[in-house]
Amino acid sequence: MPVSENEKRAVRVFLVDDHGLFRAGVRAELDSITDDVEVVGEAGTVGEAVAGIGHRKPDVVLLDVHMPDGGGAEVLRRVRADNTDVVFLALSVSDAAEDVIAVIRAGARGYVTKTISSHELVRAVVRVSEGDAVFSPRLAGFVLDAFADRPGQAPISDPELDLLTPRERDVLRLLARGYAYKEIAAELFISVKTVETHVSSVLRKTQLSNRYELSRWASDRRLV
Amino acid sequence: MTADIERKQPNPPVPADDVVKMRRRRNGRAVAGVAGGIADHLDVRVLWVRMAFAVLAALGGAGVLAYGLLWVFVQQQTREEAQKEVSRKERQQARGLLALGIGLAIGAGTLSGTLNGWVAGGIGVTLVGIALVWREADDSTRRRARSGVLGAVLGHGGRSALIRVLSGGALVIAGIVVFLIRSVDLDQMQFALLSVLATLVGVAVLTVPFWLRLVRDLGEERRARIRTEERAEIAAHLHDSVLQTLALIQKQSEAPREVLRLARGQERQLRGWLYGPAGYGRKNGDDESDGVDAMKFAEAVAQACGEVEDQFAIQVGQVVVGDCELDERLTGLVFAAREAVVNAAKHAEVSEVSVYAEVEPEKVTIFVRDRGKGFDANAVPADRHGLADSIRGRMERNGGELRLRTAPGEGTEVALTMPRAVVNA
Repeated sequence: MPVSENEKRAVRVFLVDDHGLFRAGVRAELDSITDDVEVVGEAGTVGEAVAGIGHRKPDVVLLDVHMPDGGGAEVLRRVRADNTDVVFLALSVSDAAEDVIAVIRAGARGYVTKTISSHELVRAVVRVSEGDAVFSPRLAGFVLDAFADRPGQAPISDPELDLLTPRERDVLRLLARGYAYKEIAAELFISVKTVETHVSSVLRKTQLSNRYELSRWASDRRLV
Repeated sequence: MTADIERKQPNPPVPADDVVKMRRRRNGRAVAGVAGGIADHLDVRVLWVRMAFAVLAALGGAGVLAYGLLWVFVQQQTREEAQKEVSRKERQQARGLLALGIGLAIGAGTLSGTLNGWVAGGIGVTLVGIALVWREADDSTRRRARSGVLGAVLGHGGRSALIRVLSGGALVIAGIVVFLIRSVDLDQMQFALLSVLATLVGVAVLTVPFWLRLVRDLGEERRARIRTEERAEIAAHLHDSVLQTLALIQKQSEAPREVLRLARGQERQLRGWLYGPAGYGRKNGDDESDGVDAMKFAEAVAQACGEVEDQFAIQVGQVVVGDCELDERLTGLVFAAREAVVNAAKHAEVSEVSVYAEVEPEKVTIFVRDRGKGFDANAVPADRHGLADSIRGRMERNGGELRLRTAPGEGTEVALTMPRAVVNA
């Protein structure tokens, strides 16, 4: 595991979710299973989140994708400029690729579904706090889908950004197949550190590439 | 710490018709706000619109007729819409142009000889009467909207409203009478017929606002009924599915596996209903009603995984990249994958199985992976046919291949690859 057991200080976490019950559940679980993570605050609306994050200065914000008044993407837009040290991890039940990708592009360092186990969640929080990206299998699938070649796709203006390298594609495929970083490293005969580098690079491309602008999601998925 | 359950506000649906409809102005109107409405709609100055009406009025009264028709068919602004105050100058201009338009209409008519003074006067008086009554009708709809009471016509300053309506009616009658007496030189019989006709026309014109309101109220009522029905349908669906499942979960709370199975099944069903291709928003969104033929590959994979989840109370995490039409080979592939998931559920002793499917231009690949106990592929007894027949046999019959990777304690991964038909049959 990339998690170091002798963490010097607990990762300070801020919860943003419009469901009070869910916040209470996450807080109780995080408090009970580990000392690596400490919940320092929570918010139920975009406004509360913006104020709370500015005030508490947490290390990691667990951010719901779907909320009234603009959702997680809106929180990111309003908070990120002033709080460059805070990292965001999106947490959602959403199945909609466009929503998830929107939050990633707004600056979140990863995406996990709400059905994730508590131990996995702790691991993901610690990992993003250390600067890594966290891709759940589903997010890996979304990103692969977005970078797939298909008619009507935005033209490749910058090959550096708009194409995945074969290695990055391999890593993403294994992530989507449910492999852990260590297993990916063993499978591809590379080090865990290299896997992390590839994943961070994919995250950067996802955030900066224009391959999404003409994606078929809006027309093809559920918006007809 | 609060544990209240806030209701998640769904995003308001995008209005289906984002066409901006023309609305008559409510403030700063000279007669009925038609000119102002056109000006707002076309984004031109109201002065030009009024001048156009005045000039058109000279052409045999075309401007007057157009104005009247627009008055009838264009709805007034609602009270909430932006209310723009107008200057005194504009108001005076409007009145001047109104007088000019009427003058031009009468003058042109008289000069061209189609009208004599009396007829013009009669028509003029009738028009003024109509304007009075219709204006009052506009005001009364507004009042009713404000108070929501039907009898509001006589509520605020009811007497003056009544007087205005009556005098308008009187003016219309007077105008028609003058028109009849002075315009035609007829015998008794024809005169009687014509006067009956004129009376009917007068009544029809005077009651136009009331017919219109009747029609609009009917439409409004129908919309409200459709909304109510929709809401009832949602409530019924939630009751049939979610509430029933919650009740079952409460009863089964001693059996975690059963609770998990119920919750997963319900989640999948609700998701299908909300976001699925046959989901809410389209009518007749029954999963069963779509035949296998109409199903796409991604949907088929999701359904197969869901069935296994339900059957064996495990979690199947599925990720599908790309999508395509389902043909015979791919159906075989999906069945083979389903069988692989079933094997994992039965033998691997895990609570979660990962399924990853990718559609590429020339082939479709599905990986089924578990972190369970694994097995020695060479030591499988010869009488066990699951993997051999159901999966490998199915794949090979359809021209695909199977790769198996497993070892005791290492989990199992089944990779299924199926080439795609080059031309879509």
